[in-house]
Amino acid sequence: MGTATTTGAREHARAQEAAADVATMPTRPAAASAISRPEDVLAADLVHAEIVAGGGYTHLAVARGTHVRLTDFSGDACAHVLAYRSDRPFERLNVADTVKVQWQAYLTAGHLLLSDQGRVLASIMSDSSGHQDALFGTTTRARNEQRYGDGSAQGPSPAGRELLALAAAKHGLARRDLPPSVSFFQGVRVDDEGRGRFLGSAGAGASLTLRAEVPLLLLVANTAHPLDPRPAFTVGDLEVLAWRGAPTDPDDPLWTATPEGRRAFTNTLADLTARGIA
Amino acid sequence: MTATLSTGTVVRDDVVAARAPWSAVVAAGDLLTIVDLQGNQAVDFLVFDAHDTDLRYSAPDTIQAQDSIFLTTGSVLRDCEHGPLMTVIADDCGRHDTLGGACSKESNTLRYGMHTWSQHACAENFLAEAGRYGLGKRDLVSNINWYMNVPVDPDGALGIVDGISAPGLSLTLRAERDVLVIVSNCPQINNPCNGFDPTPVRMIVTRGDAR
Repeated sequence: MGTATTTGAREHARAQEAAADVATMPTRPAAASAISRPEDVLAADLVHAEIVAGGGYTHLAVARGTHVRLTDFSGDACAHVLAYRSDRPFERLNVADTVKVQWQAYLTAGHLLLSDQGRVLASIMSDSSGHQDALFGTTTRARNEQRYGDGSAQGPSPAGRELLALAAAKHGLARRDLPPSVSFFQGVRVDDEGRGRFLGSAGAGASLTLRAEVPLLLLVANTAHPLDPRPAFTVGDLEVLAWRGAPTDPDDPLWTATPEGRRAFTNTLADLTARGIA
Repeated sequence: MTATLSTGTVVRDDVVAARAPWSAVVAAGDLLTIVDLQGNQAVDFLVFDAHDTDLRYSAPDTIQAQDSIFLTTGSVLRDCEHGPLMTVIADDCGRHDTLGGACSKESNTLRYGMHTWSQHACAENFLAEAGRYGLGKRDLVSNINWYMNVPVDPDGALGIVDGISAPGLSLTLRAERDVLVIVSNCPQINNPCNGFDPTPVRMIVTRGDAR
C-alpha cells in the first residue's frame, strides 16, 4: 500500500518496527537488552541500555547509586562526558577541581569526578582502558570544519560541543551550561614541554564504569577526540549500560583512600542528608 | 620590556588590592598589561566576548590550538567555539597555567580541610564581579592563572608549586575583539601560588600604538 492516503501512510509507519534492523539505539525496557552485563547484575536492575553510533550522543538522568558502564567495543569510540546534579544542574563537573584536588591529571579507577561545590558527582569504579583525557576537552564546529570540512551535528563529522549542546537542551540547559568535558577511551599524555601526546585507545573492548554518588545527569557525545591525528574522521560505536546499585558508603575503602576524597564524600553526604536524598 | 609596548593612551591604570576582584571591557586592538608587582602573585583570569558572553574563554580550545598546556608570548586565548579572544604579545615570566582553575571555599575544604571555610577565594571574586554584568555561576569555567606554576609530571601528578615569577614582571595581551575581562587577584594562603602572601597587581589598558 502506498502513502498517498492517511490509511496507507499509517500502515506504512506501523510496518517499520518489525522490519527494522538497527543496532545503534536504546533498548527499552533495558532488561530486554542483548548487551552482556556483569554476572552479579540482574536483568531487572538494568535502567539504561544503548548503543550510541559513532557521531551520536546520549544523555541519562539516573538515581544516586546507579552504575553506568561505557564500553568501546571497536577501539575507536571516544566518550566526551559532562556530569551535573540532576536536581540542581548549575552544580556540575569541574575538571580543574577534579585534577587539582586529586593531584592527578590522568583519571582512572579510584578517581572521582568532582563538582564545583566540593562534592563527588561520580566515582570511577573500574577502567580497563586507562586511556583517558581530562585536559584537552572536546571538539568545536569550527575546529572540525578545519579538520574534516564539517562539524555540524547533522553532518558526517559532528563536533562534540554541537552534540553536547543538543543533549543539554533536552534538560533545559544551554551552551553556557557546557563547561570543559572529560573524554574516555582516547588518551592524551603531556610531555615535558607541555605538549599533548595522543595515545589513542587501549584497543577494542575497553570499558569504564561510573558510580553515581548524587542524583546524576550525564551528557555523552561519541565523536573523535580533538587531538586524534587521523586525517579521516574516525569514531566507533559506544555501548552504554546502567543498573541500579548503591553509592559509596563510609565503609568502602574508596571513601578513605585519600584525605581529599574523604572530605569530598563527607561534603556530599552532608548535602544529600540535609535535602532528604540520603 | 612591556613598557615599550604600553606607551599608547592609557585607558585604565589600576592597582588591584591583594585579594580583590577587577574587571574591564577591553576594546578590540587595545592592550592589557598585567604587572606582578611584588612577584609570584597568581592572577585568576576569565575573558568573554563583550557583546556575546556565551562566547567565553575555553582552556581546552586554547591548549588544543597551540598544542601546549602553558601560555606565553604568542598564545592565543580561544573561546568555546574556538575563536580568538586575546593574544599574548609579551611575557616576562615564561609560562602560565591553564589547568588549575580557581580556588573556591568549597574546593578549599577538600584540599586543606573544613577549617579553611571562612577564607576568601577566587570563585567568590568571580561571582561578585561577574554578577555586575549579569553573569553568574553558570558562566564560570576553567580559568587562566597568570604567574602560577602548575607542572604535570610524567605519571600525571600535577600541582601548584613554587612560582617562577618575580617582582615587576609583566605580560601584555592584545584584545582581538571587544572583550570583558574578569580577574580575581588570588587570595589563596594555603599553597605557594601567591608565595603564601597575597599582594597587589597592576592592570593597565592602553590604546593607540604597538598594534
